[in-house]
Amino acid sequence: MTAELIHRLHFAFTVTFHYLFPQLTMGLALLIVVLKSVALKTGSEQWDRAARFWAKIFGINFVFGVVTGIPMEFEFGTNWARFSRISGGVIGQPLAMEGVFSFFLESAFLGLFLYGEKRISKWMHWFSAVMVFVGSWISGFFIIVTDAWMQHPVAYDRLPNGQFEVLSFWQLLMNPWGLLQYIHNMTGAVITGSFVMAAVGAFYLLEGHRQDYARIFLKVGVTAGLVSSILIIFPTGDLHGKYVAHNQPAAIAAMEGLFKTETGAGMVLVGQPNEETGLIDNPIVVNDLLSFLIYGTTKAEVKGLDQIPRDQWPTALPLLFYAYHIMAGLGTWFLLLMVVSGFLLWRNRLEQSRWALWALLLSFPLPYIANTAGWMTAELGRQPWLIYGLMRTSEGYSNTVSASNGLFTLIGFMGLYALLGLLFTVLIYREISLGPEPIASTTSH
Amino acid sequence: MTGFIWFWLVAVMIVGYVVLDGFDLGVGVLHLFLCRTEAERRQTLASIGPVWDGNEVWLLAGGGTLYFAFPLLYASAFSGFYLPLMIVLWLLVLRGISLELRNHIDVGVWRALLDGVFGLSSGLLTIFYGAALANVLRGVPLQADGYFFLPLWTNWQPGPHPGILDWYTVIGGCVALVALTIHGALWLTIKTSGDLAERARRIVKPLWIALGALTIVSLYATIHVRPGSLANYTKYPFTFIVPVGVIASLAGIWFFNRAARLQPVKAFLSSSLYLFFMLAGACWGLYPTLLPATTGVDRDITLAKALSGPHTLAVGFVWWTFGMALALCYVVFVYSRFRGKVDLASTMH
Repeated sequence: MTAELIHRLHFAFTVTFHYLFPQLTMGLALLIVVLKSVALKTGSEQWDRAARFWAKIFGINFVFGVVTGIPMEFEFGTNWARFSRISGGVIGQPLAMEGVFSFFLESAFLGLFLYGEKRISKWMHWFSAVMVFVGSWISGFFIIVTDAWMQHPVAYDRLPNGQFEVLSFWQLLMNPWGLLQYIHNMTGAVITGSFVMAAVGAFYLLEGHRQDYARIFLKVGVTAGLVSSILIIFPTGDLHGKYVAHNQPAAIAAMEGLFKTETGAGMVLVGQPNEETGLIDNPIVVNDLLSFLIYGTTKAEVKGLDQIPRDQWPTALPLLFYAYHIMAGLGTWFLLLMVVSGFLLWRNRLEQSRWALWALLLSFPLPYIANTAGWMTAELGRQPWLIYGLMRTSEGYSNTVSASNGLFTLIGFMGLYALLGLLFTVLIYREISLGPEPIASTTSH
Repeated sequence: MTGFIWFWLVAVMIVGYVVLDGFDLGVGVLHLFLCRTEAERRQTLASIGPVWDGNEVWLLAGGGTLYFAFPLLYASAFSGFYLPLMIVLWLLVLRGISLELRNHIDVGVWRALLDGVFGLSSGLLTIFYGAALANVLRGVPLQADGYFFLPLWTNWQPGPHPGILDWYTVIGGCVALVALTIHGALWLTIKTSGDLAERARRIVKPLWIALGALTIVSLYATIHVRPGSLANYTKYPFTFIVPVGVIASLAGIWFFNRAARLQPVKAFLSSSLYLFFMLAGACWGLYPTLLPATTGVDRDITLAKALSGPHTLAVGFVWWTFGMALALCYVVFVYSRFRGKVDLASTMH
């Protein structure tokens, strides 16, 4: 294995594992604000306890996000030194801003939210929840800004020594790629949060425990799940897809498996791209759909990979194709499931529909897969570029760190993260088994 | 001038990190030895529970600031110190998880295991941080292209081809371990009560004697390993106030920690000042070099070589000062909310 591949896997593995946690943190932060707001407005002790229960899940999840997040900032320097050296003036800014503007805010108010409920007023406690939400969403924003600059570099200049330098602070932050990716990504996080909440509700109902809390979780989870499952497709997914199509034609062609330029390009729903023959094996295609989705007309021409020099094709073409199709396929399932569940909820029949509860319960891992596949689509689509059109991935990794040193630490991370995954599962299982405090009880835990 | 400002801004972030995360690292080392009952252990850990992850943010914010202000230094140092940094990351992961999870686990054996991991990782981190600073002071074998790669150790000598660990950097590790353990003990005398606070107060005395000795040894060794580190001081003699400050703050720790006239907050501030003076002194000894080369002065990574472009720094200065002012408000707010002795009943969650 080459050093380049090891360094790519190193970053990919650690960031993929890391993002399992923030996606729930960011989604749940919003839902906890909803729970706390209802509790504050109605004075309902039950909603307050529901919020406290989710705050525990949030707290565990947050810590795992923090400890797996710290390595990410380091790896820019340790594994991608040549990239950092020339792009640090740009990339370093949003990364530092994340620390300065988000993490201080988030950690301060999370401390208050989790440990300080009895030391502050209930308004202040609600406000802490809001600030934790704001902090976690600002954090997501700066990370997306960083990625967006690599996907679609804007507002930069080059110094005589080859380094990039920021020309406009606002253009860097308001990169259109970043804004589109941000709303799409945050909607994805809300999907994870709401599916997890709905699944716990479904679990309690199927178990026949804590029906009162289960109703709250289902109400909030399914409502938020329905709204976010719509928004993930339209407008956020639609807008983002069109923007990719216009700015990274190689990426969209590979995602869709479009080897040849076509007028009235069809959309491959299922199939396997074959790089040797330049064909999709065993395809199921909807005619003209791709042209319509990108250009709004069934007759438009869509650029295929044939118009792109071979050395600029995304390097892991089938993987990119599968990742994108898994994301899109799961997105369709989310919409279907939430429309049906939402309808049942509205008709007050969700609690009796055990099949729907089972579907909600079993679907909780799927948003994790979809979010991961979405990020893989974005990052594999950017290949072979590290900074799109400006720097190749092969020019960016640390060439003083040999392949086997990289492999050593990659294996180290794999072992450590396997342990972390196990611990996380045990802890979350325990919290869900304990559940929220029963209403009748007056003992404080 | 821009370079001077950013050099000290990054230094401020490092000092902020060491002073703040320093005490919770010290508490981590100490709780293994100090706490005799589960209640004491809870009290000890509750004293850092609401603040430790905020303290760790200084590391991230500082790293980010270093990244955009001195990209060359960031790239070179992080890839060159690859192996020890990865170990630091693993330790940070283990430490954060073990601290947080003990509250969620009821089984005694598992708790004991997590406590052990927390204490050990805290101690190793302090040693690594001290050794890291010593590595920077000693210098690294920079190649002509500005990169290097250090093995964990070679022959334990700080020559032209050193390892991460040699006799000099081990001294640095010991200074950090003892200094931060004292810092943690003084934090506990503020935050805990009864027998536990008294034990924390008493443990400072033997540690203080060790720290005094180590401080003198490390200053002497630094001048031996890097004779040029006094150049700035002799050029601007008023800056000898820094070593004077080191001694004064050491004296302050002793003075304010006496049983008869115990003033724990002032003792804690003294050890904060000690950390500040030690780090500021080291930075001033280096300035304007950021990372010296053991392979020839012309390969030193200097401010002039590493500084980002003017527009980047102008943009950065505006949001950085605003953002850090805001961040300081949160820090002050949180510490004031949790001021006073730990009250176990109101901090449980």
